Amino acid sequence: MGVEARKPPPQIALKVRRALGGKAGWNGVAVQLVFGAILAWMAYEIISNARTNLETQHIAAGFGFLQNSASFDVNQTLISYSASDTYFRVFLVGVLNTLLVSVIGIFFATVIGFVVALCRLSPNWLLSRVGGLYVEAIRNLPLLFQILFWYLAVLAALPSPRQSVSVLGAFFLNNRGVIVPSALGQPGLVPFLAALALGLVASLALRSYAKRALFGQGRVIRIWPYVLILLVGLPLATILAFGPPVTFELPQLKGFNFAGGTRIIPELVALTVGLSTYTAAFIAEIVRAGILSVHKGQMEAGSSLGLSRGATLRLIVVPQAMRVIVPPLTNQYLNLTKNSSLAVAIGYPDLVSVFAGTALSQTGQAIEIIAMTMGVYLLTSLVTSAIMSVYGWRISRSLGA
Amino acid sequence: MTDIMASSYVRQDLVAERPAPVKTTGFVGFVRTRLLNSPTNILLTILGLLLIWYIVVPSFKFLLVDAVWSGKDRTACLAENVGHPVGACWPFIQAKSTQLIYGFYPEAERWRVTLTFALGAVLLLPLLIPRLPAKSVNAGLFFFAFPAVAFFLLHGGGITGFGVSWVAGLLQLFADSISGAGAVVVGLSKTSAAGPLLWAIGSVIALIGTLLHWVIFPLTWLRDQMQAAGQGPWLDFLITAVVVSVILFVLGGGARAGLRPLITSLATFAGIAAVIKLMGLDHGGLPIVDTRLWGGLLVTLVIAITGIVASLPIGVALALGRRSTIPLIRIFSITYIEFWRGVPLITVLFFATYMLPLFLPGNFTVDGLVRALIGVSLFTGAYQAENLRGGLAAVPRGQGEAASALGLSWWKTTSLIVLPQALRHVIPAIVNSFISLFKDTSLVSIVALFDLLGSLRASFADPVWTTPSTAFTGFAFVGIIYFIFCFGISRYSLFVEHRLNAHRRN
Repeated sequence: MGVEARKPPPQIALKVRRALGGKAGWNGVAVQLVFGAILAWMAYEIISNARTNLETQHIAAGFGFLQNSASFDVNQTLISYSASDTYFRVFLVGVLNTLLVSVIGIFFATVIGFVVALCRLSPNWLLSRVGGLYVEAIRNLPLLFQILFWYLAVLAALPSPRQSVSVLGAFFLNNRGVIVPSALGQPGLVPFLAALALGLVASLALRSYAKRALFGQGRVIRIWPYVLILLVGLPLATILAFGPPVTFELPQLKGFNFAGGTRIIPELVALTVGLSTYTAAFIAEIVRAGILSVHKGQMEAGSSLGLSRGATLRLIVVPQAMRVIVPPLTNQYLNLTKNSSLAVAIGYPDLVSVFAGTALSQTGQAIEIIAMTMGVYLLTSLVTSAIMSVYGWRISRSLGA
Repeated sequence: MTDIMASSYVRQDLVAERPAPVKTTGFVGFVRTRLLNSPTNILLTILGLLLIWYIVVPSFKFLLVDAVWSGKDRTACLAENVGHPVGACWPFIQAKSTQLIYGFYPEAERWRVTLTFALGAVLLLPLLIPRLPAKSVNAGLFFFAFPAVAFFLLHGGGITGFGVSWVAGLLQLFADSISGAGAVVVGLSKTSAAGPLLWAIGSVIALIGTLLHWVIFPLTWLRDQMQAAGQGPWLDFLITAVVVSVILFVLGGGARAGLRPLITSLATFAGIAAVIKLMGLDHGGLPIVDTRLWGGLLVTLVIAITGIVASLPIGVALALGRRSTIPLIRIFSITYIEFWRGVPLITVLFFATYMLPLFLPGNFTVDGLVRALIGVSLFTGAYQAENLRGGLAAVPRGQGEAASALGLSWWKTTSLIVLPQALRHVIPAIVNSFISLFKDTSLVSIVALFDLLGSLRASFADPVWTTPSTAFTGFAFVGIIYFIFCFGISRYSLFVEHRLNAHRRN
């Protein structure tokens, strides 16, 4: 009956202008044209210069060199590699070594970081000062300085293999690295792993069942005895039935060096120690800030509800602190991965060291090699930040609900 | 009286003295409440004491008690000659101190480095003390005049031209490049399927190049005349001074706005002339010291300060670009920032060392130090942009809208209203990235530059000083230098933050 609301005018020209030039309208379009022309000019200059320079240096552009034989050795490889393998294999070896040191470093950095954060938060004055001293000292010294310190001063000062520092007669520290017992798989390994996996899956299922019972019917089910049986009893039973899963071969001093055992190269030791202690200082500050960010009232509210101190921490404080901690923590993990490229300074064979270092100086394919190296790191960080933005979106959604 | 005494509910004897409450103040109280108030805490205190005993005490012993203070070579620092376990070998540092500070800078020219350090300190200190006046003049001197003077002091060399020659050279390069691009496109048209179209585009580009050549012809002609006359840079300088001053005068509002811009501009040029005359830049300047001879703390400070000064404008531009609504500029800024933030600095330095020379014209060689500087500045610029973006987001929208309502242009809104507030918000973040930049300068030792850490590493190779404690001594000394700088900057940033937030405290 009433007068129908008139449709707003389409304003197509306005929308086009907005889409093309933003708020600045046609001025924005003009700015973009000029900017685009400058970018195009720079791109042209770069390409034409690179082409002439490569021609004068007699370097063939393209990724064909990846199929050539590398003909140099790498002193630590996770996949089989020999000097006759291709440059692409070198690339893979480098990526795997980078991943190895990053994963080990992240593990230790997290452990040390949380311990130092707890020290700093401790009511004990002395311990919190010691924690503070650690953080200040580590954060104000360059990472490369610390890695070189561990490598050139500490590890180099260790005795020669014959006078190795022995820990429990199984681990030996000397200036050629750390010798650890090597694990040899036995027939019992497969059943053991199977039992472990079964126990893990069953415990998780039990936990989700108990949770559903708690939220659905208000029944509290005590599951920890069953979990204990599943996780410890089941693997133990397989050991009794099938024999031990692994045996350890102890390193023995033979002449001037060790026979048996696995040698961890000193470069890996120095890099891991340097990276994890350095990143731990930053993680400690992040964790401390996260825990302090939870309001005191939350703890008090928890205890006034009759929850025990442990339950309050586990169910109320830690989840809220984690919301603050996780994003910068991932950032630190990413930093550690990027910083592992400092391996090149001490000769640990990571991606930058073997691929952007040795392979680059052998082939001279600077553009392709550096682009591939940067691409690996870029991909890692872009994927991580994508995951983190999904996480942030979920957090903000759960807060809004 | 007696009634009360007799009543059974009144005590007849004095209450026994209660022990004094546990003291919670003073040293004893502090120890009781903060160190020994529960069994766990006692355990933790013992743990802390053990840590101190095993870390702090040996370091102290190494640095001072067991240290060797004088000697000529390694024999002075060997345990069998000294008679007790040897700590720090300080004669090693004394012998290597010039290398750690100046690198291989020629001995006769080292006064130039010292003078630059002194000049920088004299300009920087008043900038850091808030009570001192004339901050804008001081900042101008430190951020614009000092880098130029430091360049001619440290590197040496003189100038043959000035503004006119430089502008003419740049424009000529630009015009040449456009003509070259046109020729290439025309050349492509002969083999391509879309030949006529390419030919037309190429001809247009070449035509633009030729037109540019004609437009800039007066400038290049003037430059060639001045070069031919061989009078040094003075005529060029005079023309530049006059042109720039007139432009500033006109843009600043002409006579209506008063003579202030004109006077400022003329004073600046007079200052530049004085510097040129004083350093003899018009006839050759100081002897050139190749940057391959630079080293030690000099290189560390040069890279850190250049990185700091160059990364801020890059960061501001990118942060504004990322917030812009103009699509191409926003996309470019985002790509740039995410790219540099996603890769490690080492690969950036490799990029600058091995790839950048390929991208430049063949006759154009870039010095190794300059390559590292470019890499560091591009890299840090991206981080600064992200810091500033946080600050820009923290400025309330109403501020910008109020400025537009007052009729201010976008440039004025940004530079007078938004940026100053944004910068205040991000001072801690900016200072933090300065600290990490200072630490990251150590990475240039990987691309064959001898900064403080690189020089230290090089000094270990000297057989005259190989003793078991040499490495520890060197790391202790260099570590103290790094620590003083980084710790100093972070404490200063806390002080500034505190001052800037004075209005928020009650």
